Parts: sequence; structure tokens; C-alpha cells
Amino acid sequence: MNKNAKLPETEDGTALFNLDPIIIKYHYEIEYLHSYAQDSPFFAGLAKGRLLGSRCGACSYTYATPRSHCMECGGATEWVELPQRGRIHTFTTCHFGGEAFLKETPFTLILVEFDGVDTLFLSRLIGAEPDEAAIGMPVRARFVRNSKFKPTDVYFVPA
Amino acid sequence: MRPVYMISGGITKFAKAHPEKDFRLMVKEAFDYAMADVPALDRREIDGSVCSYFSDHFTRQLKAGAMVQDYLGLCSKPSRRVEGGGATGGLSFQSGWEAVASGRMDVCLVMGFETMSRVNTWKGNEFIALASDTNFDFPVGGFYTGYYAMMVRRHMHEFGTTVEQMAKVAVKNHANALHNPYAQSPARLTIDDVRSAPMVATPLTILDCCQMSDGAAVTILASEEAASRLGAAPVLISGVGSGTDAMRMADRPHGKVPLLPHENEADYAHLKYPGVHSFRGGRSAAALAYRMAGISDPLRELDFVELHDAYTSSEIQTYEDLGLCRYGEGGSFVDAGAPFMPNIDYGLEFSGENRWPRIPVNPSGGLLACGHPVGATGLMQAIFAFWQLQGTIEKHLGDATLQLPEPKRGLIHSHAGTGTYITVSILEGV
Repeated sequence: MNKNAKLPETEDGTALFNLDPIIIKYHYEIEYLHSYAQDSPFFAGLAKGRLLGSRCGACSYTYATPRSHCMECGGATEWVELPQRGRIHTFTTCHFGGEAFLKETPFTLILVEFDGVDTLFLSRLIGAEPDEAAIGMPVRARFVRNSKFKPTDVYFVPA
Repeated sequence: MRPVYMISGGITKFAKAHPEKDFRLMVKEAFDYAMADVPALDRREIDGSVCSYFSDHFTRQLKAGAMVQDYLGLCSKPSRRVEGGGATGGLSFQSGWEAVASGRMDVCLVMGFETMSRVNTWKGNEFIALASDTNFDFPVGGFYTGYYAMMVRRHMHEFGTTVEQMAKVAVKNHANALHNPYAQSPARLTIDDVRSAPMVATPLTILDCCQMSDGAAVTILASEEAASRLGAAPVLISGVGSGTDAMRMADRPHGKVPLLPHENEADYAHLKYPGVHSFRGGRSAAALAYRMAGISDPLRELDFVELHDAYTSSEIQTYEDLGLCRYGEGGSFVDAGAPFMPNIDYGLEFSGENRWPRIPVNPSGGLLACGHPVGATGLMQAIFAFWQLQGTIEKHLGDATLQLPEPKRGLIHSHAGTGTYITVSILEGV
């Protein structure tokens, strides 16, 4: 037994943000192992320069996004290759954003509509100034060469 | 089911930051206010609680609801946390309603808070954007103002809605809040002020958007027997409804408008619905709440509305979902002055169109001017509606300006995501 036992201390401090009330500052970071699970073929498709949507085997409703079951009837869907040309359904240029995208501002987001497809596709528009984007404007898909397996592996340019 | 009444409410001031109080103390402050307003109500009378807060990222604390329950001295009574993005407050309010309506509780506390000041605004925007699909939407540039900007751009395209009409909503709500001491950002604005403010996501400027806030709010719900035993001045919750839509707004259908009782199919012969310009979850919530409350013509059977104006644009879109005007008329509804308080000078000229009677929308100042501490927001709306219907606005706000003359019935509306969860509740004076 040691009645004078002392906890060993370190020299690292705490970032103090404010004194009254006491506000401390600390960093928080997490690594995830994230599975795309049944949506994986979509990302594999992007790496091969293909844009894959989903078509319901039962009711033929066609989605511009991956979903393995139909929102309208519950039936299983099949992968279907989307046309790589579409039109801007709506758009915005973001001058601010979440922290992860602040350094990319200003960037233009668009929802793309495709002939023969019932739903839309969210993507970025590049190659057009913010005031050049317009509803109905024809756009064409391009793919990054070094696939990151993110939805930003595809983007759109004026067609 | 049995009738459920709101018997009290309490709220903290909403502010950019309340670093001197943590979430437990903020809720305690609102709770003590609500308890003091019904002197016969003792903590022992409360059968349990529902805790309303949105983001575990903001609290950096899981099961924060349990900490509030113990801080208020309500252990070992039942409690649960309800979460549904921006609609967390509205969903929690309806969960409290269910607890009393089912007979499970006679008195139920619904307590909400959010502490958004713990991270900077841009990190906060990122946390909020995590309430969009993190596989497909967030990585593309996840930013709710960007999503709402795309939705209103389409509303402008379909219906001719203008940025000036949107700016008038900001003018209205900030001016109303000049008479609400609980509000975070009361202001006298002009259309020019709104349009010349920094652009966030075209066409929305920073004054088209609500702010991050710290704040708390509580409501106390009771059975008829408990309300009369406690000698409260109760308000009846006569209708509740809620609705949903696809998580990814890109997935929304382009189909037919579900009609409210006062509408005709011919009104919308060429409209593809909801697309990204409208919120079918809001339409569903309204239809269910109107049916329960026996409302067939909402514009004429409601005296005021407190709705989820996270953006000026979404206030205009929501008028239409609630059936205050037809789809496409939201902008003209603003121009006509219909949603403005009759006794406040906004410095605006109205169009003179008299198709719609006045129905003040967001007399409190709404989210745009009161702030949006997410878990508290839907309860804040309930509290301001409750005080309106009680006729106690002057007592609670220290200013009678926002008190409507003898309102009979009000609507509160809470909204999440790009319209993924939406609630509508109807409150009536008794």
C-alpha cells in the first residue's frame, strides 16, 4: 500500500474556449466500414462509365436511382442502364454548404430528368456558369477516371 | 380514443447560443414555467414524458432524454425519445397526444430541446445534411438550403412564384417577432434587405433561411378529467395527422394531387404531383387532421396557422399543401396580404386581391424569426398556438400585439427533411 500514490500526469493540455462558463474544445473523428450492400452494382457501374437505374419487374416503373424494390408496388427491380443524356429539371448554385463541401463552393447542384425514366437524379453540373444553368437545358454525363465509389463519380456537363 | 387537451406550455428564449445552460437546465426552465402556469399541477400528477430532440451529433450524448427525465425529477416514470428530423417536435407532440388519447397516461409532458451552438454553423449544416440519404444525396454536396433552393426553383418554374413574394414572407415573420420576446431574430426588413443579403443557394439568401439555435420548450397534455380537476384553461387538440415522402427527393413521383374536400380534380388537370415543388406528406398530414377535426374548408375554418417556415419558400409551398390556397397560388396569396397580421404595418403594399380572407400565418414569427432549435420547434408552435387560443398572449409575451381577437381554431405544422415526415395538429379553444 502506498498512501502517497500519485496519478502519473501528462503534459498535453485541454483547449479552453471560454472561462465562464468553461467551454472546452476537442476533436471527434470516426472511421466507418460502410457497405453499399444491394446498391453496390450502381457504384461498380460508375467505375465502368455506366449509369444504372432500377426498373420494376412487375409494374415497369423506372427509377433513376438504385432501389432494389419498387416504391410504387413493392416488386423486385432489375438494373437498367440509363441514357447518359438528359435535361436539367431544377438547379441551384450553393455559395455556402456543409463543412465537408465549403472549399468546393460555389458549386451547382442539379436534378436530371431522363426520357423514359420516371424519377430524377441528383448530381453536380460543371462547365456552365451559375447564370447559364436553366431548367430544360440538355446535359450529358461524364465519369471520373479514378473512381472513388461515390455518387460524385458521375457529373454532368452541358450537352 | 378519448379527447386530449393541452393544459400548459413553457419556453426558453431561443438564441444563437446558451453556453451558460446545458440542455437539461434549458428544459427545466421551460418546465418550471409551464408548471407555474397551472398552480394546481404538481409533479406527481405527471404520468410520464416524451422527449423531443433531433440530433445525437449536436448533443454528443446518446440517450440525452434520460438525462432530462432525471434532471426534472421524473424518474421512475415512463419516458421515451421521439426523433424525426425537423418534425421531431410535431411527432413528439402527437406521441404525447397518443399517450393520453389511449388512456395510458392522464397527464403527459412533452419536452424538447436542441443545442446547435456546439459546432460552427457549417458543421451544423453538415449534421443536418446527414438527414438526407448518406449514400446518394449527402456526398453530392449535402446542404439543405441547396435542396430547398432546387425545390423552389421548380415551384417558380411551374407556377411563376417570385423571389419578391418569398422575401415578403421574411418581412412578415421577422416583423411579427418584434412583438415576441422569445424570438431569436426579430427585425424590420424590406424586400431589398432580403434580396441583397448574402446568397446561400440561388435563389435563397440568408434572410430566406432560418438560423441555428439553442432553446427548449415543453407542453403538458391531459385528459378531460385531469384538465378540469387541475382547474386549467385547456385547449382541445381536435385533430392530428401526419405524412411522409421518399427520403431522396429525386425519387418522388409525378402523379395526381390528393384532393382536400374543398378542391376539384379540374383544378389540377395539368399538374404533376408532388414532383419536387410540393410536399405530399404535408397534404396527407393536413387531410388526416382536417378529417379528424371535421374541417372541410380550412381557410375559413381556421383562424391562424403556425407552420414550419425553415425557408420563406417552404412557407409558400406549405400554404398550398394545407389547402389555404390552391397549388400554384402561394405567391399570390402572399401578394394579397392574406397571411399577414391585420394590425401590423409591414411597409408593404398588398395586391388588393380579395379571394382569400386574412389568416395570419406564423404570428409568432415562425422559424425564420424565432429560430429553429429543432427538437423544441414543433413544441414552440404548440405553445404560441395554445396561448393564442387561451387569449393569454399579452400575459406571456408582455405585448398584446400578436393576440388575435377571439381565435377559435389554429393549426400547427412540423416538417422534416425535404418533406419526409410532416405533422399537422389542430388546436381549438374550449
